[in-house]
Amino acid sequence: MTDLAVSEARAAHPAASERRDIGIKRRYAAERRFKLYGIVAIAIGLIFLVALLWSVFSKGYTAFFQTEIRVPITFDQSIVDPKNSGGKDTKALSMANYPRLVQNGIVALLGIDPSDRTAVRAANALVSQSVRGQLRDIVLGDITTIGKTQEVWLYAASEVDSAEKGQYDLSVEESRRPLKDQQLQWLQQLRDDDRLQQRFNWGFFTFGGSSRAETAGVGVAIVGSIYMMVIVLVLSLPIGVAASIYLEEFAPKNRLTDFIEVNINNLAAVPSIVYGLLGLAVFVNGFGLPRSAAVVGGLVLTLMTLPTIIIATRAALKAVPPSIRAAALGLGASKTQMVFHHVLPLAMPGILTGTIIGLAHALGETAPLLLIGMVAFVADYPSSPMAPSTALPVQIYMWANEAERAFVERTSGAIIVLLAFLALMNITAIILRRRFERRW
Amino acid sequence: MSISKLVAGLTLGTALTIAAQAHAQSADPIQIAGSSTVLPYAQIVAENFHEASPDFPTPVVESGGSSAGLKQFCQGVGPDQIDIANASRPIKESEVETCKKNGVTDIQEVKFGYDGIVFATDAGGPDFKLTPAIVFKALGAKSVVDGKVVDNPAKTWADVDASLPAWNIAAYIPGEKHGTREVFAEKLLAAGCEETGAKEAFAKSGMDEKAAAAQCMQVRKDGAAAEIDGDYTETLARIDANKQGVGVFGLAFYEQNQDKLKVATINDVVPSVETISSGKYPVSRPLFFYVKKAHVGVVPGLSEYVDFFLSEQMIGNDGPLAEYGLVPAPDAEREEFRQAFSAGKTM
Repeated sequence: MTDLAVSEARAAHPAASERRDIGIKRRYAAERRFKLYGIVAIAIGLIFLVALLWSVFSKGYTAFFQTEIRVPITFDQSIVDPKNSGGKDTKALSMANYPRLVQNGIVALLGIDPSDRTAVRAANALVSQSVRGQLRDIVLGDITTIGKTQEVWLYAASEVDSAEKGQYDLSVEESRRPLKDQQLQWLQQLRDDDRLQQRFNWGFFTFGGSSRAETAGVGVAIVGSIYMMVIVLVLSLPIGVAASIYLEEFAPKNRLTDFIEVNINNLAAVPSIVYGLLGLAVFVNGFGLPRSAAVVGGLVLTLMTLPTIIIATRAALKAVPPSIRAAALGLGASKTQMVFHHVLPLAMPGILTGTIIGLAHALGETAPLLLIGMVAFVADYPSSPMAPSTALPVQIYMWANEAERAFVERTSGAIIVLLAFLALMNITAIILRRRFERRW
Repeated sequence: MSISKLVAGLTLGTALTIAAQAHAQSADPIQIAGSSTVLPYAQIVAENFHEASPDFPTPVVESGGSSAGLKQFCQGVGPDQIDIANASRPIKESEVETCKKNGVTDIQEVKFGYDGIVFATDAGGPDFKLTPAIVFKALGAKSVVDGKVVDNPAKTWADVDASLPAWNIAAYIPGEKHGTREVFAEKLLAAGCEETGAKEAFAKSGMDEKAAAAQCMQVRKDGAAAEIDGDYTETLARIDANKQGVGVFGLAFYEQNQDKLKVATINDVVPSVETISSGKYPVSRPLFFYVKKAHVGVVPGLSEYVDFFLSEQMIGNDGPLAEYGLVPAPDAEREEFRQAFSAGKTM
């Protein structure tokens, strides 16, 4: 009886049940297709990420190591302290002919006839021309070294360093490579004596710009970037938060505020070079701030970051449920108290995340810095944000244009440093959000 | 709430440190801007200058190109204006005018050496023997076939000259914004145009003298000659990718990458510091920097820097600049450079 009723019902609506089956299949297929698209999209993204990281890390990790040569240096008094001042005359000590000490040391070490000028010059070319500073620091650090012999690890010249790292094709004919057969033989001799080693390159983090690859580092660039980030943070966070609180909580909704909102969203999409032009016209030419200074860079990047922070802050404020506001006002809080005691603390994780992402964006910018003179060779540490400095992405750009082979690895090395900073900032943003975010 | 206090504390603290440090400003370094060809030389001199006289800070050298550098240079006189502009070409009349308008009236031109321009192929390639005529026939926009002016028909280098390999013509030449391009056009294309008689044919086909000369310097636009607006590192990357490509480089860049590149001869002369300084190798150009005379004596170390730059230990035959690839001027000419600067001669 019931069976009959069912079959009757089926007979009455055959199309309905069939149509429903087809619909489910189609929708499942659509879902599977969509998932597949998603996986393909992510896979393509991952492939490019891996390719990028691979190319950077495989080229760049060697920058953190530097070939050094251990040479016995005799701090000959007649060269270091020719006036025999007993180490009192620091000016003379700092201007002494230290390269000569190195030349004497290496010539003795390799057993070269000192009168054979070509051989002496070829041997001397194995060590960096930057030895002056290194030996000067040893002598000025301890006056008693004068007259003694000491084993010193000296930076190898960038050609030697590149050859040691396999970056030169040494199989080509002698005239076309930077290191000649004689020099390679000496290097082998040094290696056999355990005097040639790749050691961790602390200098990469402490040196400033240099035309010699072996003493070029990202130190000045890091300091410049930190100055700028601090300025951006100090200026854009309070201004951005204040602006968005006003727009979100206090401002009336009318044509004017709509107009302001459209403009803020527009500014967030303006190419960064435009901010550079503005910075040149207003800060450098208008206010007379110094060229190439971190303070101008910081101001320009602040302008660039502000819209991002305002948009993020407004979104965070909007996400706080109206019930919180209503409850605060209902218990007699003033509007200001409501905002600062209840809404802002709840929106803070979102604001900080937006700020850090804005900062990370600003950290990677080069284009606006070009016009205000920060794309520059700067060797000295900036003593203040008013002094000339450069920035990490700028250093990468400058090195990418260098002709010498040794700068290739340094370019990638600097990219690794920049990526590490960016990862650090973004991880902080995620942790802050996870820790403090409230969900309703 | 604790977060907001933390942030407020951090902000206040950093603001104070900045304000405090801003007071302790040190002596301003010399500010230099301009040509990317001159940049490495200026870097070397700046670094050595600071080592030799530690009382002066290391000069700051901006990169950006000759034209951008000269534009900044002509913006005015004052502590926030640059002191020196590097240039891989002489300053133009129009630029001097702009300078004058903005109060930069006394400009000292300093020539410090020469730069060679070379053709190079991948290190594994065959010998390339070029002449201005070959370069023009291969890369000029128009050529003359049976007395008629036609679009350049050459497809391979062998079409142009039998001694060359049958590679498709793929040349990577500097873009219009580079100073190198002008030298390339004048010393090779124009010379080749004249040599092959194409200029005469152009003139006969109805162009006036000026149009014919301009036509000579036109590079073909059909893809055989790619203009590189980036630096020589980009040209090198192109040759790495296309082993049958021919690139135009500065001599210094080639010398740093000899294991990857093979240089072409021009008129059977191998480019080197010696052949360029003796004038045998035809494609070279002088390098300059321009000094604001109003800043000399005001900016600490400026005249010392220029003196140091022009000293034998820098631009001399065995100096670090020559080692990097600068072609030193002959002895007497170097002496002239020094005389001209110390005499305070302005333009």
